[in-house]
Amino acid sequence: MNRMTVIVIGVFLTFLSSWLGLVAYPYFNLARYTPVVDEETGEINPPALSGLAERGQQIYASSGCIYCHSQQVRQVGYGSDLERGWGSRPTVARDYMRESPVFLGTMRTGPDLTNIGARQPSEMWHHQHLYQPAVVSPGSIMPSFRYLYATRKIEGQPSAEAIVLLPPDNPPEGFEVVPTQEAEALIAYLLSLNRNYPLPEAPEPPQ
Amino acid sequence: MNATLDYPAPLAASLDHPATVTPEMEKTQRAVIDASTRLPVILFYGSAIFWLLIGSLLALVASFKLNDPGLLNQWGWLTFGRVRPAHLNAVVYGWASAAGIGTALWLMARLCRTPLRHSKLLIGAAIFWNLGVTLGVLGILSGDGRSIEWLEFPNYASFMLFVAFGLIAVWAILMFRFREPGHIYVSQWYLLAAFLWFPWLYSTANILLNFQPIQGGAQGAVNWWYAHNTLGLWFTPIGLATAYYLIPKVLGRPIHSYYLSILGFWSLALFYSWNGMHHLIGGPFPAWLISASVVASVMMFIPVITTAINHHMTVAGNFEALKWSPTLRFTVFGAMCYTLASLQGISMAIPSLNVVTHFTHYTVGHAHLGLYAFFTMIMFGAMYYILPRVVGWEWPSARLIRWHFWLVAIGIGMMVVVLSLGGLLQGLALLDPEITFMATLDYTKPWLFLRSISGLLLTAGHIIFAVSFTLLLLKVGATRSEPTLFMSEQDRQPEPIRA
Repeated sequence: MNRMTVIVIGVFLTFLSSWLGLVAYPYFNLARYTPVVDEETGEINPPALSGLAERGQQIYASSGCIYCHSQQVRQVGYGSDLERGWGSRPTVARDYMRESPVFLGTMRTGPDLTNIGARQPSEMWHHQHLYQPAVVSPGSIMPSFRYLYATRKIEGQPSAEAIVLLPPDNPPEGFEVVPTQEAEALIAYLLSLNRNYPLPEAPEPPQ
Repeated sequence: MNATLDYPAPLAASLDHPATVTPEMEKTQRAVIDASTRLPVILFYGSAIFWLLIGSLLALVASFKLNDPGLLNQWGWLTFGRVRPAHLNAVVYGWASAAGIGTALWLMARLCRTPLRHSKLLIGAAIFWNLGVTLGVLGILSGDGRSIEWLEFPNYASFMLFVAFGLIAVWAILMFRFREPGHIYVSQWYLLAAFLWFPWLYSTANILLNFQPIQGGAQGAVNWWYAHNTLGLWFTPIGLATAYYLIPKVLGRPIHSYYLSILGFWSLALFYSWNGMHHLIGGPFPAWLISASVVASVMMFIPVITTAINHHMTVAGNFEALKWSPTLRFTVFGAMCYTLASLQGISMAIPSLNVVTHFTHYTVGHAHLGLYAFFTMIMFGAMYYILPRVVGWEWPSARLIRWHFWLVAIGIGMMVVVLSLGGLLQGLALLDPEITFMATLDYTKPWLFLRSISGLLLTAGHIIFAVSFTLLLLKVGATRSEPTLFMSEQDRQPEPIRA
């Protein structure tokens, strides 16, 4: 192989084939979804995120949640995702049409969060868990996200947003811990994660 | 094309008449070529070693955080979810890519048999590259990270890397045009391919995921097409090009088979580029897309085994040389781990095994077997060979090199073993819905602690290497007329080796 042209053309063509198959095909076939209207309920699926949840989606990205949490429920035969109750059906491409970046994830140091909003709908639980994960969930190695909260002196009436913390993280007498806007946004996003709605291409598997 | 432009006049005159070239002249020619690469090579290598240290530190912080989540948890910029991608990007772009570029440009000059031209392009590229990595790592830590695996750098940083890469690609094409006519050596095929593939990969992925993001349903495919090909079509070709150069060079014997080299190269080009979707097995993608990648992954057996045979047969009968030559010891270690990492990768693409290892630390172990035990070790080997030639000074201490080798060899061996075992236990537990999720986590904890220990060994090795590199640059120590080897020439049999 002493001809540069042959090498360059070969290198170009082999790579072009994968570019067509693994980039162009998904671009034309998996990135053209539109939401579906449920005829019974009139709901639009997948639903759009609220402004606050959309902001939370960015905090989810900048905090690197994906390095421990996936957001995909695999098909029957691929792991025990459904048996663990992580979703009522496998997720499909349309579920992610509003996501950018998409948080499919490749690691499960923590549980899957595809439907965490349905599995754990309590806002206060999420606040407590983000602040003191190992207290709420013994054995957890999730880092504390206390930098998303502010400890401040109570002036007058205690704030309605103040979160209830257990020792040793409870604030000193006369102080309270309140979520920042970022914590509120992140939790709005987590609570929005509920992909148990029906889609024509994703029927619920028989029990 | 007059390729003899930059040589001293008498040498240039002789080189124009090949019949009159003596071995002495060739030696002078090589020295002139080596000297011409000095500044770009030192810039890329020096910054690579700097990022290796930063990357190691970030890795240690991330790893110890999994052992003790309370560690350094007051600050957002040191949270696990930022430190981990900061580590990955610092070592992938700051260390491995820069080390690969430094090696590639020296190889290009040597193999094109012409002094390095247009070094300003490369110096500019080195500056842009390092600005990009600096802004990118700080960007991730400060909360601008994108959470797209292997592409976490924010746009302002990835744009700089792209500019740097554009400059390097232009330089590579110019170098090829000025090469001396004749044989194109196997290393050059791989380098040329890598320099064409990577800008295409990097720009496609960044445009579709970061600059003009497409819908989420397709992003996973583009993401893993990129991430897997960065390993397969950027690091692998550079690593193999280096091994194909260094092994025969140090041993003073030709590559076993030219035809195996051809088969290995083209089968790698065809199959590796289709591999990426095995990261998405079971996910929300069309079955054919995943199946195509599983088949391509299994077909990787051809290039892997071909290259393994070719390298093995070249070294066969000369394994004694691993005792003396630092370059060869690191390079052969890396080449062997290429075979291991690839065979392991093939097994992990098979769906019935993937279902165990997917979403576990086993994959992290595999990534380190590829990027560290294979690629990084070969880069160390290349640096031990190239730096004395471009700096004009031998390595100050064989003992430092020996410590470096054993610390990183044991460190990476331990890391891969503990992550694989921990990952397998985790994966088997995840498969069984009777085992609570918390219990699956408990299975990994002791192994994650051992992983941190292995990280300490690696970091110690990197610090020793950085010290050795600094002493070499400062030309510390006695003047040596011979290369720094693990054994002196008197102590070994039978004939001397050239590194």
